[in-house]
Amino acid sequence: MNSEILFYLLSGMIVIFSILTVTSRRILRSAVYLLFVLVSTSGLYFMLKYNFLAAVQLTVYAGGIVVLIIFSILLTSHISERAQMAGKFQGIMSAFAAIAGALLTLITIMNFTFTSSSALVVDSDVKSIGRALISYNENGYALPFEVVSVLLLAAMIGAIIVARKESISEKLQRKNAAQDKH
Amino acid sequence: MLLKINTSKVMTGSIPLQYFLIISTLMFFTGIYGFLTRKNLITMLMSIELILNSVNINFVAFNRFLYPNNLHGHFFSLIVIAVAAAEAAVAIAIIINIYRNFRSIDVDRVDEMKF
Repeated sequence: MNSEILFYLLSGMIVIFSILTVTSRRILRSAVYLLFVLVSTSGLYFMLKYNFLAAVQLTVYAGGIVVLIIFSILLTSHISERAQMAGKFQGIMSAFAAIAGALLTLITIMNFTFTSSSALVVDSDVKSIGRALISYNENGYALPFEVVSVLLLAAMIGAIIVARKESISEKLQRKNAAQDKH
Repeated sequence: MLLKINTSKVMTGSIPLQYFLIISTLMFFTGIYGFLTRKNLITMLMSIELILNSVNINFVAFNRFLYPNNLHGHFFSLIVIAVAAAEAAVAIAIIINIYRNFRSIDVDRVDEMKF
């Protein structure tokens, strides 16, 4: 009974705040609504007894990505600025597409009978997760672990190179090239 | 045996799998709506984060309810979270670079590739 109330609370928060995230005209506020959505999602993971995943969700999403987004909002727009939305026609058509897609998916979900498994529940504490991440047996995930570490390194280098300021000599070079063209 | 078997039952026995799928569906299509209607690049990125998050809920719920004897969905969600972090970092670097060159991050005003 208790877990049901918690589930309805979390799911209500997720639905309301995700709608507010995409409709709020103030960008900073919608970033904070996104934070609420991510925190309630981590609450759902806690309810499903995946504690490590919930902690990762809290630290990486709520602690990392949202802070990154808020910083970039502050860098690129004024706090008082109101976000522009699409025109009325485009808004109505997008809402129509989203509602139609949601209805289709919901009808499919409700008509499908899932046979819930009665197999024994695997322990998902940090020790067994760590073992699984570095082993290459049947239940090991060493390859995706390594691939993700390479991806993170590549993303880090790429982000630094893309966001780096132009040096003065490069700027001059670019200006000279532009003048030559005219 | 690599993974220890735990005999304790899941606490969420009273909540069916469908409820989790409904939540994730609503979240996914809210993200789609936001992606289609927003003009600001950062809010579009936030819609993408919503979509990725809803997919994660699906993976985790399917793992818990249908295949509790292994952890495939759990690890897939972990990796999706890592990919989302990398994607957000690169996207924000690109957005800041665009802002430096165009003084705006509205998709309507960022319409030329070479300047």
